[in-house]
Amino acid sequence: MNTATPATPSSAYPLSGADILVQALVRQGVEVVFAYPGGASMPIHQALTRVADRIRTVLPRHEQGGGFMAHGYARTTGKAGVCITTSGPGATNLVTCLADAKMDSIPVIAITGQVATSVLGNDAFQETPIVEICRGITKHHYLVTRVEEITRVVKEAFYIATTGRPGPIIIDICKDVQTARHVPDWDPPMDLPGYRPFRRARRQELEPILHALRHSKKPFIYAGGGITHANAAAELREFAELTGIPVGLTLHGLGNFPADHYLCLHMLGMHGTVYANYAINDADLLLAFGVRFDDRVTGKLSEFAKHGRIVHIDIDKSEIHKNKYAHIPVHGDIKWALADLNAMLREEANADLIAGGRYTEWWRQIDAWRASDPLRIPERDDAILPQFAIRRLWELLHERHWLERTIITTGVGQHQMWAAQFFHFNKPRTWITSGGLGTMGFGLPAALGAKIARPDHLVIDIDGDGSFLMNIQELATAYTEKIPVKILLLNNQHLGMVVQWEDRFFSGNRAHTYLGAGDEHPPYPDFVTIAQGFGIPARTISDKNDLDEALIELIETPGSFLLNVLVPHQEHVLPMIPSGMTVRDIIKA
Amino acid sequence: MRHILSALVQNKPGVLAHIASMLASRGFNIDSLAVGETEHHDLSRMTFVVHGDDAVLDQVRKQLDKIVTVVRVDDISSENYVERDLMLIKVNCPAEKRPEVFLIAETFRGRVVDIQHSNVIIEVSGTEAKVEAFIELMRPYGILELARTGRIALVRGEPKPQVAEEGT
Repeated sequence: MNTATPATPSSAYPLSGADILVQALVRQGVEVVFAYPGGASMPIHQALTRVADRIRTVLPRHEQGGGFMAHGYARTTGKAGVCITTSGPGATNLVTCLADAKMDSIPVIAITGQVATSVLGNDAFQETPIVEICRGITKHHYLVTRVEEITRVVKEAFYIATTGRPGPIIIDICKDVQTARHVPDWDPPMDLPGYRPFRRARRQELEPILHALRHSKKPFIYAGGGITHANAAAELREFAELTGIPVGLTLHGLGNFPADHYLCLHMLGMHGTVYANYAINDADLLLAFGVRFDDRVTGKLSEFAKHGRIVHIDIDKSEIHKNKYAHIPVHGDIKWALADLNAMLREEANADLIAGGRYTEWWRQIDAWRASDPLRIPERDDAILPQFAIRRLWELLHERHWLERTIITTGVGQHQMWAAQFFHFNKPRTWITSGGLGTMGFGLPAALGAKIARPDHLVIDIDGDGSFLMNIQELATAYTEKIPVKILLLNNQHLGMVVQWEDRFFSGNRAHTYLGAGDEHPPYPDFVTIAQGFGIPARTISDKNDLDEALIELIETPGSFLLNVLVPHQEHVLPMIPSGMTVRDIIKA
Repeated sequence: MRHILSALVQNKPGVLAHIASMLASRGFNIDSLAVGETEHHDLSRMTFVVHGDDAVLDQVRKQLDKIVTVVRVDDISSENYVERDLMLIKVNCPAEKRPEVFLIAETFRGRVVDIQHSNVIIEVSGTEAKVEAFIELMRPYGILELARTGRIALVRGEPKPQVAEEGT
């Protein structure tokens, strides 16, 4: 623990820009930063040692790892996740994290050192125009060239990152600004005349929804990540239960409605359930709540939900009509909109809408689909199928009543889709995955960030061998920073999802999708030895009979643990609606 | 259809770059873009001319509005507005051609702003159609150089509030 004296917070004497910055972070309630030092950010790190009693500084082993730890923290808590790097390569290593945060609407705040103002634009050592690079992949950005601006910029950055549709902010701070001294105004006015993040839809805008419900026989709720960001899961549940309407969820919607609820049809889209996709296709009224009609959900846009009217409620008005025309567009906060709708439903005039049995025929149809096309796992005794391992993990946690305190992170690929299908989530912010950008290497660092945010939770990274290797260096962070996370590695020696597409669309021709070292070698690399080299206990299994006991070892071993499960690479994630196609083209098995 | 969008933006470094890169990355084509300070030194007005159907326009407008430094965006095409495009045009014009060139300029309410032995610079402002017509008339003489501001426009009557109504 650092023993340096903390700087006086209410200073009437000048402080360095770096001290002002970290004090401003303290005032924003920041409890942890993920920071990798370098030449242009050293003053910030020096200042961080002076607030060590209030802000924990976690040292990742790669800037991208730090960025995704900030993701894990932000996605778990809804608070801003802060990562700090130096200029140049340190900053560019955060680019993927920021693009990911933009796609998934995550409040990540990246603070990057920049060369001194005197040499800015002169191609100085480790200079990169990071603000220019990041304009299109951030919600907002700042290049700080004057020490007087720091407190206003930090205040604005946290406000913008966490309000409206959340998103990432980059704050690029010149090195001489970090060392310049100034007496700060800790609570300066914000200068954001064009930023109006709050909107509560008026009753007149919501009434057409009730009118549409009254004329619908087959309504369907299509709910997404916007429910998480708005903290509206309770309102969503109330709305669905009041009306008795089925709920389909996007990848980021998982957890916003309990998976074990009768009304839940689970995931929609490319690898969603057959019954959810049939239902959304057949619906005569689509209630799109906090979603963006992403191509992984819609497939061919012109064919998507074409039988019905569309209600679209979103806080980002640019999402409305962007991909799909909405017959009833509502710009507003989904939490308020659902709360208001629920209140309206309880009014006497609308009693008919909450009377049970309105959609008996519709549910009969849906239940028939559920019965005929449930999610299936092929029977195999000679191998551990990856989907089976995930389902067993879920069942074992369920039996032990640990699901309430379990957070799952993933990499990207087949294992991610199987986790979405076979690990059932009942609470928001327990399912942490890179959806929009689809960044391999996300799982391990995100798990570390999540564990810091929720130390009392069991945090498990369900990962693939391709993804895991992309940020494997963060095992060092897990060990040295004492952040115990579990890794269920589904190791098929291939880039499984690309292999699946090769099989389906490229006649099975393997084009650089094999990650092993050849048939004559054992599985490569030797993840157990690697983990042990990082000080993390690990074990490999390939026999189905060992699975339960190994999963229990994974869960119950104190500290971090890696379970390397050798799985066949021939499995496909099913069902599947091929890219750009429709529910009629669904591949069931 | 042709639309004129008028945006008030914060007068800060990088705002133009931000807007230009957003338009480019989303594949919106802009016919003309003019930027200048307003009566408030911390606000600039950008005037865009965009071609596209209503869906494209709706997206351009909303994406512009989403940029934090953009204060207000209006599609003024359907309103009663005044638009102008300012052009400086340098035309090949030896002494014997001056009377006819100057007469044309005068007819267009243009002004001759520079005279050299063999060429002149003429300033013309007005609607796009008028400026284009003048360019066509100057072609036979030989256009040496040309610069235009792009369209600027204002709605007639009482100004709107700076910040759009957003409900509560």
